[in-house]
Amino acid sequence: MKALVTGITISLTASVTAWTMASGEIEAVLQNSFVAKNQATMDRLQRDAVQSACSAPRGMPLDNDMLASLRAERLDAVVLPADGEYLGDWQRGAEVAGNGRGLQSSDDPTQPNGGNCYACHQLAPVEVAYGTLGPSLTGYGARGQSVAMLQYTWTKLWDTHAYNLCSHMPRFGAQGILTEQQLKDVMAYLLDPASPVNQAAE
Amino acid sequence: MKRHHLGFAFFTAWLCSVPLAADNGVFDQYRDLMGDDNPAVFVIDEGEELWFTPQGPESATLEACDLGLGPGVTAGIYVRFPRYFADTDAVMDLESRLVHCMTTIQGRDLEAVTAKPYSLRGDFGTEMEALVTWLAAESEGATIAPEQTHAAERAMYTLGEEIFFYRAGPHDFSCATCHEQSDMRIRLQALPDLTSHTGAADAWGSWPAYRISQGLVRTMGWRLRDCFRQQRWPELRMGSEASIALQTYMAVNAAGGTMTAPGLKR
Repeated sequence: MKALVTGITISLTASVTAWTMASGEIEAVLQNSFVAKNQATMDRLQRDAVQSACSAPRGMPLDNDMLASLRAERLDAVVLPADGEYLGDWQRGAEVAGNGRGLQSSDDPTQPNGGNCYACHQLAPVEVAYGTLGPSLTGYGARGQSVAMLQYTWTKLWDTHAYNLCSHMPRFGAQGILTEQQLKDVMAYLLDPASPVNQAAE
Repeated sequence: MKRHHLGFAFFTAWLCSVPLAADNGVFDQYRDLMGDDNPAVFVIDEGEELWFTPQGPESATLEACDLGLGPGVTAGIYVRFPRYFADTDAVMDLESRLVHCMTTIQGRDLEAVTAKPYSLRGDFGTEMEALVTWLAAESEGATIAPEQTHAAERAMYTLGEEIFFYRAGPHDFSCATCHEQSDMRIRLQALPDLTSHTGAADAWGSWPAYRISQGLVRTMGWRLRDCFRQQRWPELRMGSEASIALQTYMAVNAAGGTMTAPGLKR
């Protein structure tokens, strides 16, 4: 406990008085507070550049230049589908959107990961059990299938930080949560006119 | 008695409608039907009995345990946690303080008493769950007022805030991902805004809680561990610094609210 108290320094800026811990200190606390369980290994507690930049408690001063260059970096790193085909099978995409499993210590690592889109987004009007952390995507297909729209949607799914740094949404492509084929299937679920996402509510 | 039957009938119907199980409207109806009836009452009784049961090599009860207001005092202690204890020179939550008393007063083995603090589905509740439930009930109706006088207690709050916003794991989730906005939900499950007084008071003040879907009383320590499982992080250790820090962050944000635990939840 004493080590913790001395590890905290006061950082004073023009408008905000904040206590901040050195990154190494908080990582040491976390290393001592968690244990690896099944596929949830301890290396998951190490933050990458995006995670570090997006971990500031509210009211903490941010380095806007750093954030802008980080966002540009993420945009450059987006990998578009190798064969140029963006749209897969909307029916398989529906399964990905409704599946909340994958990468938890309690999940079977031999099973495919889900995208759990419904945890945060409204999609097909017939599904009433949708979350509200993200915007409603009902009727998304009305945005059309222009190349610009396809690339925009793919990029949001691949790495949301490329457009909206520090968005709450996971980086489904960049972090390897979903496969390229699963992403194509989710694209079809969003954009195919036949998908339930694009059917009017009864 | 009539109300019990109604509650059970409703509960059965409710269990059969799994997709709607998280709907707050339906759940609120169920809670209204239950009224003051909470299956946690049996766990409260069990916890009280355990407190007065001699255990360990010392064959001692926990009556000499000082939970902050003096040895043996149980009324009103829970709302003061987490707090600094001079004898251990550490900020402790109720669970880690109980472990301390079990090892020092009863002479029990540390690994044995920490091996399985929380029950698995299908189990009966654990000793820790029963003790925490009774001790929380001993603060029912009291104002949440965690200690923040010692520098270590204030540092623990700061650490808790930093961990609350710490994004990590394959999904980049922090506590804040789900708990820094008001009136949001995951699927149909409403999410408390733990950065606000109202949200923190509702959450901190209603755990430990009887989870109907699991048939068990769960403590805040378990609640945090299960949040991290869903965050795709490794497993949170009971009584760890991160656990105590996050509980301090919540309790201080909740200060002034009312302790209503044990709660009744989905």
